[in-house]
Amino acid sequence: MEFFLEVLLGGLLAGVMYALVAIGFVLIYKASGVFNFAQGAMVLFSALTFVSLLERGVPFWLAFVLSLAAMVLLAVAVERVVLRPLVNRPPITLFMATLGLSYVIEGFAQALWGAQVHGLELGISDEPLELGGMLLSQFDIFAAVTAALLVLALSLLFNKTRIGLSLRAVADDPLAALAVGIRLQRVWVLVWAVAGFVGLVAGLLWGARLGVQFSLSLVVLKALPVLIIGGFTSISGAIVGGLIIGASEKLAEVYLGPIIGGGIENWFPYVLALLFLLVRPAGIFGERAIERV
Amino acid sequence: MNPVPILQIDAIEVLYEQAILAVCGVSLVVPQGQIVVLLGANGAGKSTTLKAASNLVRAERGEVVQGRILYRGEDVTRSTPHSLVASGLVQVLEGRHCFAQLTVEENLLTGAFARQVSRGQLKSDLERIYSQFPRLKLRRKSLAGYTSGGEQQMVALGRALMARPQLVLLDEPSMGLAPQIVEEIFEIIQQLNQRDGVSFLIAEQNINLALRYAQYGYVLENGRVVSEGTTGELVARTDIQDFYLGGGTAGKGAAA
Ligand SMILES: Nc1ncnc2c1ncn2[C@@H]1O[C@H](COP(=O)(O)OP(=O)(O)OP(=O)(O)O)[C@@H](O)[C@H]1O
Ligand SMILES: [Mg+2]
Repeated sequence: MEFFLEVLLGGLLAGVMYALVAIGFVLIYKASGVFNFAQGAMVLFSALTFVSLLERGVPFWLAFVLSLAAMVLLAVAVERVVLRPLVNRPPITLFMATLGLSYVIEGFAQALWGAQVHGLELGISDEPLELGGMLLSQFDIFAAVTAALLVLALSLLFNKTRIGLSLRAVADDPLAALAVGIRLQRVWVLVWAVAGFVGLVAGLLWGARLGVQFSLSLVVLKALPVLIIGGFTSISGAIVGGLIIGASEKLAEVYLGPIIGGGIENWFPYVLALLFLLVRPAGIFGERAIERV
Repeated sequence: MNPVPILQIDAIEVLYEQAILAVCGVSLVVPQGQIVVLLGANGAGKSTTLKAASNLVRAERGEVVQGRILYRGEDVTRSTPHSLVASGLVQVLEGRHCFAQLTVEENLLTGAFARQVSRGQLKSDLERIYSQFPRLKLRRKSLAGYTSGGEQQMVALGRALMARPQLVLLDEPSMGLAPQIVEEIFEIIQQLNQRDGVSFLIAEQNINLALRYAQYGYVLENGRVVSEGTTGELVARTDIQDFYLGGGTAGKGAAA
């Protein structure tokens, strides 16, 4: 029983890391209806910028702020060059554009900072911590707390500020938002910048775990099943989806693994997502469309 | 002799997707402080004309390719919706378009975002709207998507009023509503017009009702103005009555 709990908790904590990547998707999808394939590239670009600055002797917080500034610049550029010209195009066109964008960002990151693997030390030891008889990774706990703070900050932004309200209005009905005088383009820049910030946090945590390298952009693929399970439009969905994926893949690895020969962790989330697609195509938290005449 | 009209549309032509001609050579004038109504059957081009003035046509891949639009004498044919709202020209869209997932109060608040106002000012503006629509105050914390059609129309109108408009473009406010609710909404419109001096350009299919509250009317057909006149003149024109009311019977929603 103790062992089960330990695996479960470890899985949940790992799931938080998936949720972080998924939240970046949800933000952009909600506000502009775009499935942003470039989210992974943004995670990579921000983390790479951060480490490279750190390696050049820039202090931690300054490097963080500069990386954030880079993400804001990226958001402005994306709005100008990609979103504005493609406004009102079908979603598939925008999706293809973000696919292209992800290569551009990766290429740019490589040209700017080189292609070698960087180690990233956040100063959190990965020593297991004993809690009530269970061994839990200190790093995972740190990541979970960071994610919780981030989600709290986002919910304050969304619910307590004018900008947040404009953002939700645009997500709800872009034409009506335009009609009341909300500037869509500004809101898009803002959303992409916030998604960039989330990407930076995710990038630092994932980078500290895996090293900052090009495979970091592949965390997108981990976020996909999370989004299918949680729904594309809900931040809570992204969190719950992340936790479900994290917990189930660890449990499957430990309990099913020995029976079918291990290596389950890599494909199990996709199978789970497929099952969800059959049962609840909109995801657990997929927007309840309010229909009323 | 005439002061500058609040809105003047000069022979505009609107194309959707660079191919579909929706409105052709439409000219109209909304004098300062008046209620002008735009009549016409489905697809006549009423909404397109309003959206040309508020410049929302571009969001639907439409474009004003000919003519020009003057707001308080200034050419605004290429202005952004934001700057138009900020200068007092607001549209209430057909079908109300409330933010369904936002509360009634949040919906109202968004209406004031184009103006740069303090929190205190927002609060007092909200109270002003609530005094006009007491029903909305009771429903302030409900999601707009769960309110009734009449309440949604009030939300949409109240939201537009939060911009402190001088001209409201109102697209089919009576659509799908019970007669007494429609009456209530038109009474509020009249009050806003008479007390606060807000001008209105209203697209309506409910011709009886519209002619009762407006001072002047235009009739659109296939994207062109086919007749116009004071409401007295239009009421006397039996051909219009017959055409739109199907032989003189009362239109739906027209209260006696
Ligand atoms: N977004 C669009 N794309 C292409 N064509 C459009 C679009 N919107 C309207 N049209 C066309 O333009 C013409 C005028 O439409 P409009 O909506 O202005 O009419 P309306 O008078 O408001 O009708 P209704 O009473 O049904 O609201 C119609 O033929 C319509 O099919
Ligand atoms: Mg219409």
